[in-house]
Amino acid sequence: MATRHEAAFDALGTVIDPELDQPITDLDFVSSLVVDEGGNVVVHLRLPTSFCAPNFAYLMASDAKDVLKQLDWTRKVTVELDDHHDSPIINAGLAADAGYRGTFGHEAEDDLEDLRTIFLRKAHVAAMERCLTGLLRADPTREVSEMGQVLLKELPDDENTGALLRRREVIGLPTTSDSVVMVDHEGNKYAQIDVPLALRRARSTRISIDGNAHFCRGLLRTRYDDPDRTTVDA
Amino acid sequence: MYSKGDDSFFIVDAHVALWDARKENQRNIHGKQFIDCFYDYHRNLSPESELWTYDEYLYQGGERLMHDLFEVGYVDHAIFQPAHLGEFYNNGFGQTEEASALAAAHPDKLTYNHNFDPRNGERGLDQLRSDAERFGLKGVKLYTAEWHGDSRGYKLDDDWTRRYLEVCREVGIKNIHVHKGPTIRPLDRDAFDVADVDHVATDFTDLNFVVEHCGLPRLEDFCWIATQEPNVHAGLAVAMPFMHTRPKYFGQIIGELLYWVGEDRIQFSSDYALWTPRWLIETFVDFQIPEELSEYPAITLDQKKKILGLNAAKMYDIDVPTELQISDADETETGPRGAENAAEEHLVGA
Repeated sequence: MATRHEAAFDALGTVIDPELDQPITDLDFVSSLVVDEGGNVVVHLRLPTSFCAPNFAYLMASDAKDVLKQLDWTRKVTVELDDHHDSPIINAGLAADAGYRGTFGHEAEDDLEDLRTIFLRKAHVAAMERCLTGLLRADPTREVSEMGQVLLKELPDDENTGALLRRREVIGLPTTSDSVVMVDHEGNKYAQIDVPLALRRARSTRISIDGNAHFCRGLLRTRYDDPDRTTVDA
Repeated sequence: MYSKGDDSFFIVDAHVALWDARKENQRNIHGKQFIDCFYDYHRNLSPESELWTYDEYLYQGGERLMHDLFEVGYVDHAIFQPAHLGEFYNNGFGQTEEASALAAAHPDKLTYNHNFDPRNGERGLDQLRSDAERFGLKGVKLYTAEWHGDSRGYKLDDDWTRRYLEVCREVGIKNIHVHKGPTIRPLDRDAFDVADVDHVATDFTDLNFVVEHCGLPRLEDFCWIATQEPNVHAGLAVAMPFMHTRPKYFGQIIGELLYWVGEDRIQFSSDYALWTPRWLIETFVDFQIPEELSEYPAITLDQKKKILGLNAAKMYDIDVPTELQISDADETETGPRGAENAAEEHLVGA
């Protein structure tokens, strides 16, 4: 049976960095997790720079608190974000369960759900591009313009396809085997003439997300392997 | 000027700074956090031989800048793009007096761009007029995540920013360098989104908008608007050093930019003192898109020459020796380059 510590860590693994489309546990954003016998949980989060966007930082930290509170054995859940320019604001907001607007006051207008949606859609676009590019690579005789007709059942049973299915489900697209792979976030197919450019654009989205993820991972290591910044000698 | 074999390159470093992030200039914790973030970029992306110590990084001074850029750095002309950051540093981050004096002493080598903040209202409009006259401004650098009292960011298509852009027009400032950052009001939106650049580029077609670090971390949004607006350009600040750590990623960035934006609208910069130009120029001249990225054509010598200096020289009316000049590409003004062939292309990506 999983320990409570493991269960808490697994729950944190469902919290995704929206920009990078990866779990915060894989990204090493969870710097510590302490679970006591009474079911109280204390989590510290960290990010690659002090100037990572505060809206995304808040989103991840509040999601982390939510998933831990949903476990039936947790009592007091404390989530703190360390070393960020908005750490005092975000941590006070989390401690008081002040919500997004209560945390950011006049800087918040409505909520962060539209922002979250934009990035869920981008994640879907990138996942779709990975699958179709995979098909083209596996069979160079296939035409790009045919990619608009490919069905989910034609994709190989691999990690990229699994990731695409999960992202489709999240944004409410069908996952049945007869569904068309290349669709926009509302499920609309592309006319054949538009397919090459749309796929090209999807590729720039995938490159952007992958590039950012790699850079952020590297920066986090650079930052925390030598937080005093003294390794480079004169 | 950089020469290799029979080829010579006229170099314009389109984004440099003379900053002071020393402790006595830090207004608060954010001054330290900001320079630490820059230093981590530097440590993360530089070759070991080019690393500076943290103390060196805090402040360089004019003498070292002249040495790094012009004596050992091959640069023919460099353009200051100062960030003010008055809420983080007592005397600002970019050193206005020192940098502008240096540019005045070396007008053949240095151009001084200044900045404005649309939240300074009417008073700031007058200031912009007098700064334009005092510095002979051709360009401004705007950091949209600049903190200012209760506000921690603005958009280019805000009413007040538009009024400032109208004054830019009036006083002959043609080049608007845009640097996106993490904060904006309201925080509900993506602060890195470049849609506001799209709006003002459409309304101010006589101004050039150079989006620094080519829109990263939103390369895809940048490419999409830049391909539609002939007055939107890509600055390569921050993107350049990926050549060293991640050549494949850099190849993808350059490949995308050449496809969507074209070879006449991409500008090299070292982002000094984040990095120094020498190794970046040497590496870029030798750089080729990795073979496994077969979906991108190879970068040509002429494209490298344009990116390294000719494009920015044209924007800033900097004299280039006749033998080093190259004519513009015969390309579409808007829309992706080579899109007419897209149907035949194989988009076999990385």
